[in-house]
Amino acid sequence: MVAISRDEVAHLARLARLAVTEEELDTFAGQLDVILQSVARVGEVVAADIPPTSHSIPLTNVLRDDVVRPGLGQDAALSGAPDTDQGRFRVPRILEEEA
Amino acid sequence: MSTTVSPTYDDVVARYEPVLGLEVHVELGTNTKMFCGCPTGFGAVPNTQVCPVCLGLPGSLPVANRAAIEATIRIGLALNCSIATWCRFARKNYFYPDMPKNFQISQYDEPLCSEGWLDVEVDGELVRVGIERVHLEEDTGKSLHLGGATGRIHGARESLVDYNRAGIPLVEIVTKPVPGTGAKAPTVAKAYVAELRDVVRSLGVSDVRMEQGSLRCDVNTSLNLPGRPWGTRTETKNVNSLRSVERAVRSEMLRQSLVLDAGGRITQETRHFHEDTGETTSGRSKETATDYRYLPEPDLVPLAPDPAWVERLRVALPEAPRLRHQRIRAEWGLTELEMQAVVNAGAVELIEATVAAGATADGARKWWLGELSRRANESGVELGSLGVRPVQVAELQRLVDEGKINDKLARVVLDGVLAGEGSPAEIMVARGLEVVSDTGALAAAVDAAVAANPAVAEKIRDGKVAAAGVLVGAVMKATRGQADAKTVRDMILSRLSAG
Repeated sequence: MVAISRDEVAHLARLARLAVTEEELDTFAGQLDVILQSVARVGEVVAADIPPTSHSIPLTNVLRDDVVRPGLGQDAALSGAPDTDQGRFRVPRILEEEA
Repeated sequence: MSTTVSPTYDDVVARYEPVLGLEVHVELGTNTKMFCGCPTGFGAVPNTQVCPVCLGLPGSLPVANRAAIEATIRIGLALNCSIATWCRFARKNYFYPDMPKNFQISQYDEPLCSEGWLDVEVDGELVRVGIERVHLEEDTGKSLHLGGATGRIHGARESLVDYNRAGIPLVEIVTKPVPGTGAKAPTVAKAYVAELRDVVRSLGVSDVRMEQGSLRCDVNTSLNLPGRPWGTRTETKNVNSLRSVERAVRSEMLRQSLVLDAGGRITQETRHFHEDTGETTSGRSKETATDYRYLPEPDLVPLAPDPAWVERLRVALPEAPRLRHQRIRAEWGLTELEMQAVVNAGAVELIEATVAAGATADGARKWWLGELSRRANESGVELGSLGVRPVQVAELQRLVDEGKINDKLARVVLDGVLAGEGSPAEIMVARGLEVVSDTGALAAAVDAAVAANPAVAEKIRDGKVAAAGVLVGAVMKATRGQADAKTVRDMILSRLSAG
């Protein structure tokens, strides 16, 4: 049984806004399947008394006080932007498929 | 094309049953953002309240704001929720530039608070609105769309993004579906949001100003035939005032009934509310929950609120606004309607503070709901932002009660207070507004008025007391309004009955 179908890979590619060719879909579906099957083997050794792990360090409640700390100025904040206008990040029109 | 006759609202609620659901987002008033120490002030220069964390720069790590966690737990407690003993943040993945890191840190299946309720009063009846969850997330940046009409996304060619707001703690409060409200659905929706706003405001955790976007509301509406399963819901966004909440539900009920009457199906979708027309238009189709590929946020460790901490917060909660209003109404001796007017004007705290400063409840209420409300409306500001403090109102009323100024002069004194000229007593003296209580000067003015109006004086001597108004007017004019009308009238009557 495959862990991930070609259709699922196509769906994920669309969500990630990745243009994937038909051949690539076949390739990635196969590769991702190998990865997922490998990870799934971990599940085989999990006993009922082992909860799913999302964090590898046994810590909770790491909180900070509500005190302002200096951030970046506008120039520094925008310095890595491909394009700016009026002190803002300039990006191409989005939501094309949702308008 | 068939001609469709729009059904009336009464017709719609006679045939369909609405089910409501409300999602309210409250921006917390913390000093700093949810996961970094950037300030949160409204209206700052674009991209000046940002840092590597809220810009999602590589290598930066978020750390949760204790004050925001505490505020969210307090909101949950005020809404009668259970507080999670352990929960995690989650990444909600999506590709809009309103978040610079291609995901928003939110909570998914482990909200901080869940399973609560809020009682809402509508037309004297209590409606219990179930609360599904209260969770904490980060707000998004603000986009300015260029090339489209009126800054909206439709037709836009490009967007300019300001990340000052990105990362500000945002509490999402989601109701359970609310069936059974019938024709009152729009009113219940509005009353719920108003009550929720009052609750959050009473906690002091947000300024909950809809016009500034610190309280935002999405309204879910569906219609079904009596006895049938609930219909497909739509989610109306962009509902930015209490009045709009009511209008959005109503307009969506009317629209859906038209579709259903024509044999059509309601599409589950996001719709946008338009303030100008009061109608909704279709927005993006709703992505299903799994499309956001939620995953436990690996950069933040789980939250495990100490039950003792939660208990301390519970004990320290303020009185619920609705119960507080009931108590105050009894104390002030107001009718339901009068209290409602006070609440609607946002004057409860102001009147309370004015009473605390020594005014009577009646006197304080008269000022805040009368002259001060009128001025606030004229200036288009909220009563609390008018620039008059309760202690000044109490002093103004005391000057009136002591007979030093009359109501007309008090309004002039108020002009001075608004102009920042000092305390009411100082203004009264500085502007020479004190009522003429010098009986010698008043008596002279009365004599002059009688002499100038012999015919009127004769009538009064003949017992036509009503004619005294003419003479009172003459005296008031002579004293430039700075006399007490009742005193003047009494003096005129005694002068002419003795004469």
